Amino acid sequence: MTRYIIRRLLQSIIVVLGVTLLVFVVLFQTGDPVVLLASPDATKEEIEQIRHEMGFDRPWYIQYADFLGNAVRGDFGISLRQKQPVFKLVWERIPATLELAVAAFVLSVSLAVPVGVISATRRNSIWDNLSMGLALLGQSLPVFFLGVMLIFIFAGKLKILPSYGRGDGGLLTELQHLILPAVTLGTFSLARTARLVRSSLLEVLGLEYIKTARSKGLAERVVIMRHALKNALIPVVTVLGLEFGTLLGGAVITETVFAWPGVGRLVINAIQQRDFPVVVGAVTIIAVVFVVLNLLVDLLYGALDPRVRYS
Amino acid sequence: MANQDDAVVGARSEVSRGPLTALGAAAPTKRRKTPRALRSLLQNRLAVFGALMLVLVVVAAIAAPVLSNQDPRKGVIVDGKKPPSWVKGGSSEHLLGTDALGRDIYTRILYGARISLVVGIVAVLLAGAIGVTLGLISGYYGGRIDDVIMRVAEIQLAVPFILFAIAILAVLGQGLDKIIITLGITGWVTYGRVVRGQVLAWKQAEFVEAARAIGARNLSIMVKHILPNTFASIIVIASFAVASTILAEASLSFLGLGVPPDVPTWGGMVAAGRDYILTGQWWMYTFPGIAIMLTVLGINTVGDWLRDYLDPRLNNM
Repeated sequence: MTRYIIRRLLQSIIVVLGVTLLVFVVLFQTGDPVVLLASPDATKEEIEQIRHEMGFDRPWYIQYADFLGNAVRGDFGISLRQKQPVFKLVWERIPATLELAVAAFVLSVSLAVPVGVISATRRNSIWDNLSMGLALLGQSLPVFFLGVMLIFIFAGKLKILPSYGRGDGGLLTELQHLILPAVTLGTFSLARTARLVRSSLLEVLGLEYIKTARSKGLAERVVIMRHALKNALIPVVTVLGLEFGTLLGGAVITETVFAWPGVGRLVINAIQQRDFPVVVGAVTIIAVVFVVLNLLVDLLYGALDPRVRYS
Repeated sequence: MANQDDAVVGARSEVSRGPLTALGAAAPTKRRKTPRALRSLLQNRLAVFGALMLVLVVVAAIAAPVLSNQDPRKGVIVDGKKPPSWVKGGSSEHLLGTDALGRDIYTRILYGARISLVVGIVAVLLAGAIGVTLGLISGYYGGRIDDVIMRVAEIQLAVPFILFAIAILAVLGQGLDKIIITLGITGWVTYGRVVRGQVLAWKQAEFVEAARAIGARNLSIMVKHILPNTFASIIVIASFAVASTILAEASLSFLGLGVPPDVPTWGGMVAAGRDYILTGQWWMYTFPGIAIMLTVLGINTVGDWLRDYLDPRLNNM
């Protein structure tokens, strides 16, 4: 077990290194940020001067090694635009993104499990057909279109919820600001998870040990909640770990639609402004979060399903 | 990842009876396959609806110049912001209204279908080609090369797709071909992992050993003997991938990346209409949004049917 964890940790580190290298090399090709930084009437010598001062005239692998050495100490460089430490910029925005992703995640899971269970236990009922039809629709709805429609209905027509920003002051306003973005971000994952819970539970319900449980005379509720659900949720947990990562990434679009001040919007703006250090730093931090989540899910998976061997 | 190991185990238990079906049973039923598939499709009402949806989109894309005589890229500014024809203030010239620049929404949706379909299909073919090739190599040869390919796949999965696509598009610049390349490069991982898992199982099958015994080369074993057994999974993955690729293209267009703004794309149209949410011009973003939704819904329902028909084991995708 300990050896397995150590091995997975090493693998995770390799993955994170790979991500930084990939992003670093890709962005290195996008062009010279110095040209954008210098004033429009700067002479060639002045541009050269800035380039040298900022270290952009060195070969890419030296810059990369430099970046890694600093990153280990939590130093991701200085934003070219905002002249502030990248780590601080990203760190400030993590709560907003995390809040959004967690809200969407909680919303999606807390609804998906009951919906999936009810659909599976009342297979082909009106409820099953209706909820699975809606789930299919939810999986086909582009995130941004859902966001736009929700703004149209709840902010434009009904005027009961705010259409952008995170709100300031007061728990109530902040919650009001959170509702639409969280629903927007969570819908796709809600739909996918509900379908997965349903199909997974249906599969388990067909197994022998469920028949045994039933023939023992156990109440149907006990059979489902205690016996079937535990096994049915195994594939769901695996997907949920990835799902949370997808939510963190999908937040980019939701944050754009709702002008939500999170990491995603920071990255999009930074790419448009060629703020090189911010992009690399933010993507690295997101990747670390994602990799750690995957590791946790793998371990949790082992705890849920004894058939998984750590080898 | 745990679920991948699970898939491999599942595939392995299949090995004992797998080769038999592949060699014995598959050949004779081949001739009757098409009617059987059609009958199965017709029994699934959702899939029939989905298939009709797709036919509609394909017709719209191909016959766009016939179905509308207007220019999707040019409009008359004074005709701008006209509501659909059945709403007060609308004109019969513009069935679904016009955007801020006076361009006909109906026409732009027709031409937008072309972009969505071309990107969806070509990018999926590209991703499939890369993924299947790498999956075959990875599963067949194993060892160091397998480690490298699977590690690259993991790295790619560790970056949220949209960030990765944005980074690549930043390098490549704007253009339809660039969006296709980007979505092709980012989309290979699923194919790679599934094909690899199946190759691991099939390469121990007796007919593979038989082929090796009579002196078949590695390439021919991979392509002629193992690859055909993975086709069912590949087709199922590809059908869902077309849907997710169309969604991805729409998202990138919505973010203003990839295709120049005058090219009609559904995602770009929603983005342009976004500025008018609170001023009441709902038709600018609603109709293109519905177009994306129905197209993706159509592909997903057909995909669901294909999966149940071809490869129910992929259920948990």
